[in-house]
Amino acid sequence: MNGFNWAELSTAMPGLMQGLGVTLRLLAMGVAGGIVIGTFLALARLSSIKFLSTLAKMYVNYFRSVPLLLVLIWFYYAVPMIFTLVTGDYLTIDVAFTSCAVAFMLFEAAYFSEVVRAGIQSISKGQFNAAYALGMTYPQAMRLVILPQAFRKMLPLILQQSIILFQDTTLVAAIGLVDFFRASYVRGDLMNLLTPYIILAGAMYFVVSSLAMLGVKQLQKRLRV
Amino acid sequence: MNYAWNWGVLWDKTGIGNEIYLNWILIGLGWLFAIGGIAWLIAMVLGTVLGIMRTLPSKTANRIASAYVTLFRNVPLLVQLFIWYYVMPDFLPAGVKNWWFNDLAPNTSAMISASIGLGLFTAARICEQVRTGIQALPKGQTHAAYALGFNTRQVYREVLLPQAFRMILPPLGSELTNCFKNASVASLVGVIELISQVKTIAEYTQSNLEIYTYATLIYMVVNISLLMFMGFLERRFRVPGLMSEGKS
Repeated sequence: MNGFNWAELSTAMPGLMQGLGVTLRLLAMGVAGGIVIGTFLALARLSSIKFLSTLAKMYVNYFRSVPLLLVLIWFYYAVPMIFTLVTGDYLTIDVAFTSCAVAFMLFEAAYFSEVVRAGIQSISKGQFNAAYALGMTYPQAMRLVILPQAFRKMLPLILQQSIILFQDTTLVAAIGLVDFFRASYVRGDLMNLLTPYIILAGAMYFVVSSLAMLGVKQLQKRLRV
Repeated sequence: MNYAWNWGVLWDKTGIGNEIYLNWILIGLGWLFAIGGIAWLIAMVLGTVLGIMRTLPSKTANRIASAYVTLFRNVPLLVQLFIWYYVMPDFLPAGVKNWWFNDLAPNTSAMISASIGLGLFTAARICEQVRTGIQALPKGQTHAAYALGFNTRQVYREVLLPQAFRMILPPLGSELTNCFKNASVASLVGVIELISQVKTIAEYTQSNLEIYTYATLIYMVVNISLLMFMGFLERRFRVPGLMSEGKS
């Protein structure tokens, strides 16, 4: 552990913070995109149109049966290809980051859709009937009556899934994207301080996740009343 | 799009001996099963012990198991595997360390540390499942068993665990598939399992899309087989009347 001190840490800090920025941006995009796409998937899954519900089910089953790592690697190759196919142009922005963000959104959507589906199903049928009785259309009933209630109930589960995603963002190292963990590892490797840097990174993830988990438990207690 | 499809890529020669790329896939699959299998074994044994500890009246046992779960659940799997691969060997006694670094093939030592890491990670999840299973049983079961003169050991072995395990078979099934999916993370700590083989082949042949499609299909088949196996266990050990059997 010789050489691991405040001077070393402050030299490493800008790199680590940049990595943390990548981690947090991926997390935010994954959660936001995942919830939006996941909600539409859940609606499709619960739809009375057989074709839509089958399609949504296949989507969810596909993403739930392959490892996230494989999805990340695959998207790294597929996203630029599809981009070129659609726009006829080459993808000029950061390919690694873009493909990871897209992969997280689509992958997490499969998991979020199950949460949302359970949330919608937990709202009593009477709410629907009442909304229709008031003359609302299906989109209005969903948007104004059902989803606001469902999301309130789902909040703890959504946060829990987000904590899991926060930990899973470390996998982006597989395609060479430098997130917080990768930044710590690279610095440790460079300075021959691998042990302290890996432990430091682990401690950071541990503190953030366990505090967030405690928060979720408090929230669950509050919502139960 | 001028992409040259080559779905026969798995039967192409690798250029090394008489091997075709399919051989590499099979080697990767073998390592995947080795890691997943060993990890699952560790996870089941340790997870059951921890799960029992969480339901014991002893405060100490409870705290230890609960601390274990908190620690192993809140550190990302990749970081845990890095710790087992890069950090832990440094703390081994000199003799073992020498054997670890010099006598073992690099892939074997990487495989062992990945299996241990994945096993300990999964154990935390199994612990929670076992605890839920035991706590879901009516309290009367424990009391009745004690009334029959069983000691704590017998209460768990003869009465609580057989029922709890039957109850938690479905969630255990999804943990089992998770365990094998998570084994892919071992490719990032130098194990030549399926994902790293697939990556290598994709780099050699440039047939990225085909190779990744094949990998996806393999994972789906593995997943479905594992779930079918768990379904078989469920039917095999079902006790009529123990649980609601409404769903097929």
